[in-house]
Amino acid sequence: MTYLRMTGITKYYPGVVANDGVDFEVEEGEIHALVGENGAGKSTLMKILYGMEKADAGQIYLRGELVHIPNPQAAIRLGIDMVHQHFELVPSMTVAENVALGHEPRRGLFVDRAAMIERVRALSEQFGLRVDPAAVVADLSVGEQQRVEILKLLYRDARLLILDEPSAVLTPQEVDDLFAVLRRLVAEGRTAILITHKLREVMAVCDRATVLRRGRVVGTVRVSETQPETIARMMVGRELEVVRRTTAQPPGEPVLVVHNLHVRDDRDLPAVRGVSFTVHAGEIVGLAGVEGNGQRELVDALVGLRAVESGEVVLAHQPVTEAGNRRRRALGMAIIPEDRTRQGLSAPSTLTENLVATRYHRPPFSRGGVLALRPMRLFAQQAIRQFDIRVRGPNVRVRTLSGGNAQKVVVARELAETPRVLIAAQPTRGLDVGATQFVHEELLRLRQVGTGILLISADLDELLALADRLLVIFEGQLVGEMTPETATRERLGLLMAGRGVAAELERVAQG
Amino acid sequence: MDLVNLAAATLRISTPLLMVGMAGLLSYQVGLINIALEGMMLGGAFAGVVIGYELGSTWLGVLGAALIGAVLGALFALAVITLRANLIVSGLALNFLAVGGTAYLMDILYDQSGTLAPQGLQKLPTVQLPLIHDIPTVGRILSGHSPLVYVSWVLVPLTAIFLYRTVVGGHIRAVGEHAEAARTAGISVRRMQYLALILGGAMCGLAGAHLSLGDLPLFRERMTNDRGFIALAAVYFAAARPGWTALACLLFGFFEALQFRLQLQKTSIPNEFLQMLPYLMVVLALVVISARKEWRKGW
Ligand SMILES: Nc1ncnc2c1ncn2[C@@H]1O[C@H](COP(=O)(O)OP(=O)(O)OP(=O)(O)O)[C@@H](O)[C@H]1O
Ligand SMILES: [Mg+2]
Repeated sequence: MTYLRMTGITKYYPGVVANDGVDFEVEEGEIHALVGENGAGKSTLMKILYGMEKADAGQIYLRGELVHIPNPQAAIRLGIDMVHQHFELVPSMTVAENVALGHEPRRGLFVDRAAMIERVRALSEQFGLRVDPAAVVADLSVGEQQRVEILKLLYRDARLLILDEPSAVLTPQEVDDLFAVLRRLVAEGRTAILITHKLREVMAVCDRATVLRRGRVVGTVRVSETQPETIARMMVGRELEVVRRTTAQPPGEPVLVVHNLHVRDDRDLPAVRGVSFTVHAGEIVGLAGVEGNGQRELVDALVGLRAVESGEVVLAHQPVTEAGNRRRRALGMAIIPEDRTRQGLSAPSTLTENLVATRYHRPPFSRGGVLALRPMRLFAQQAIRQFDIRVRGPNVRVRTLSGGNAQKVVVARELAETPRVLIAAQPTRGLDVGATQFVHEELLRLRQVGTGILLISADLDELLALADRLLVIFEGQLVGEMTPETATRERLGLLMAGRGVAAELERVAQG
Repeated sequence: MDLVNLAAATLRISTPLLMVGMAGLLSYQVGLINIALEGMMLGGAFAGVVIGYELGSTWLGVLGAALIGAVLGALFALAVITLRANLIVSGLALNFLAVGGTAYLMDILYDQSGTLAPQGLQKLPTVQLPLIHDIPTVGRILSGHSPLVYVSWVLVPLTAIFLYRTVVGGHIRAVGEHAEAARTAGISVRRMQYLALILGGAMCGLAGAHLSLGDLPLFRERMTNDRGFIALAAVYFAAARPGWTALACLLFGFFEALQFRLQLQKTSIPNEFLQMLPYLMVVLALVVISARKEWRKGW
C-alpha cells in the first residue's frame, strides 16, 4: 500500500529550480533510497516533507489523504520525522534532554527528569542503541550522536523516518549497526527514506530507489532487480569508472615529517598522543580512523592553526613546528579541510573571493597592497572552467552552492598551483559519485607529478583505492600501518574501533 | 571606613545590576545580544515615577515600570525578530529613544527638564527582615533595604531554576545554543525569543523602578548611567551562568560603593580615577578570563 505520495512538488530558489515537478511514492514498510548528484534536490524534497521548506507547488498525500505540513511540529504530529544531514543536537545538553527536546514529560511547569531519563533508557535498550542518557552530547563520538538522533525519532514515535546521509561519518561497523536497527524498525511496520551517495548501502538495505537529477525524477527502480552501475548511470547521466591507483611508483624524498607530535584539543585534553610518520613525494599516505580520534587536532597542528604541545613538524626540509599557516603555504603546503563550511570557505563571500583567499596578498592579485580585480576575475573564470564548477558566474555567493559544488571551490583553490604537500581531510565527504570521482582523479594526478599527500578519511573504499600506505589512528595514537594489499575492510574497521589488539589475539587463538 | 556601610551600599548598588544582569542573561541564552537593556531600564525608571505619582501609589508605579519595560522588550522583539531589523542598530535606537523620549515627555507632561521629583510621591518603604534585623552587624548589612533589593536576590535563583529546570527554560536554551536543532524538534524559535526579550524587559523595568523609587522618589535624565552595559559585561564575564553573573554584578557594585566612599574621604587619588575604578575592574576581569581561554589555542 502506498504510504506517502508527493505529486508535482516544485521549489524555486533564487536562480535555481531545486525541485521541478517531482512525483515521489513510498510504500508502507519499505526502505526507499533517494539518490542523486549533489544539488539534485534530495534534501530540499525531504525538507518540504518535514515542513522546513514551503513548496511553491505540489501536494503531499499520506495514506491517500491530502495533508498540509507548514512546519516541523505538523510533520512530527503526522508521524513524519527526520535525521538531518548535519546533526541537529544541542551540545551542552544531555542525551535525554536532546532526545526529549520539544516533547518533554512535564510535571507542572517543570521537566520530569526521572521520567524523561527512564523513557530514553528504555528506548535505548529496546532498540539496542547504546548511549548513556545522562551523558552530555558535546562529549559523544559521532557514532553516538547518530544514535541520539535516531532515538529522537523513536521517542516521538515516528512512523515515516527520513535519514539524510546518515552514514557519512560512521565506521563500517557503525553503519552495519545502523542498518540493523533500520531493518528492525521497518519490520515493525515503520517506513524509511534513506538519502545516500553510497551505492553499496542502497544495494545492502533498500527495497527501491528513486533517482533525482537536476530537480527532476529520473526514475524509480526495484533494487533487487537492478545493477549498481545502472543506478550510477541514472544519477550522473554517463558511465562511471572506479578510480584506482594503478602504477606502483617508488616514493621520492620525504616532504612531510612528523615526529612524536602531541596536541591538545579545545578542552585542553590530550588529543594527539605521540604521532610520528613521514609522507614522501609522489606518495599518498592514508590515515584511517573514526572521526574524533585526534584527526582534527592533528590536521590543525599540521597546517599551523593550533599550537603543538611537543614534537616536531618538518615541511620540505624546513622545521615549521612553530610556523603559522601562511609560512607553511609559502613552502608549498595545500589544505583541503574536513569542514568546508567552517574552515574551507567563507559562505557569505563570493566564489572569486574564496578562490583567491590564499593568494590575494601576492601578485598578480595584489599590486602594492591594492587588490587587482581583473586578474582575480580571470583566475576565477579559469578555475570554474578547469574544475567544472556549476555556477552562474564568479560573483555568486558560496552560501548558495550545493555541497558538491562548494567542495569543488575548495579543491580548485588548493590545487590551482601544484602543491608539494597536500593535506586532504575527508575530501569527498558528502560528495556524489561523479564529484568523488573527480576529486580522486585530481589526487592521483598530483601523486603522479610528485606531490606528497596525506589523505584523512573515514571512507575505507576511498583509502583502499588510493593510498600507497595506510595508517590507522585511534584515540590520538597510530595503532596500525599496512599496505592496501594486506588490508581488508574488516581488519581496518576493527583497528579503527580500537579493537585491534583484541582482534589480533582472536586470530591467533583461532590459529 | 565603615565596612558595614560599605557592605550595605554594595547590596543597594548591585540591585539594579542583578536585575538587568538576569535580563541580559535571558537574551544571551536565547541567542540575542541585548544592548537595549539600558533603554528599557530608563523607560522603567521614568514610568515608575509618572505612574506612581499619577495613580498616587508607589507600588503601582513599580508595577507600571515592569509593564513598560515589558512593552519596550516586546517592541525590541518586534523590530529584530519579526521585522528582522539589525540587532545592534535597533538596540542603539531604543536606547536613544528612551533618553530622548523621557526628556520630551517630562517637558510636555510636567514642564520640567533635568529632574522630575513630583510632590507627594513616596519612596518605597524599607523592609526590616524579621530575626535577621536583630543580629548585630549582619542585621545592619542585610536588613533595612528597599523591597526591590530582596526581589533582586530572589530573581537570581528564580532565573536559574527557570532556565535549567522548566520546560520553557530548556527550550530557550536550546534556541540560543542551536536554533536549528530547536526548530527541527518542533520548537518555535520566534516565540522563545519574544518570551525572553519580554521577560527581560520587565526585569529591566523593575531595575529602573529601584533607581527612581527605591531611594529618593525622583527621575533624572540618563539616571541609569550605563548600568545596562555593565550588566551586559557581567553576563559575558560569566558566560551567562546565573551564579557567576550575579557575582560579577556584586563585584562591580562593591567597587562602585568603594569608590564613592573613597571620594568622600578626600584621598589624594583624583576623583576621576576613582570613578573609573569599577569599570577598570570589569575590563580587567574580562581580559583575564578570555586570556585564560585563548591561552592554549596559540595563533
Ligand atoms: N537556502 C537555499 N538558497 C538558495 N539555493 C538553495 C538553498 N538550499 C538549496 N539550494 C539549491 O537548491 C539545489 C538543491 O539543493 P539540495 O540541498 O536539495 O541538494 P541535495 O540533493 O541534497 O545535494 P547534496 O547531495 O549535496 O546534499 C541546489 O542547487 C542548491 O544550491
Ligand atoms: Mg543534501
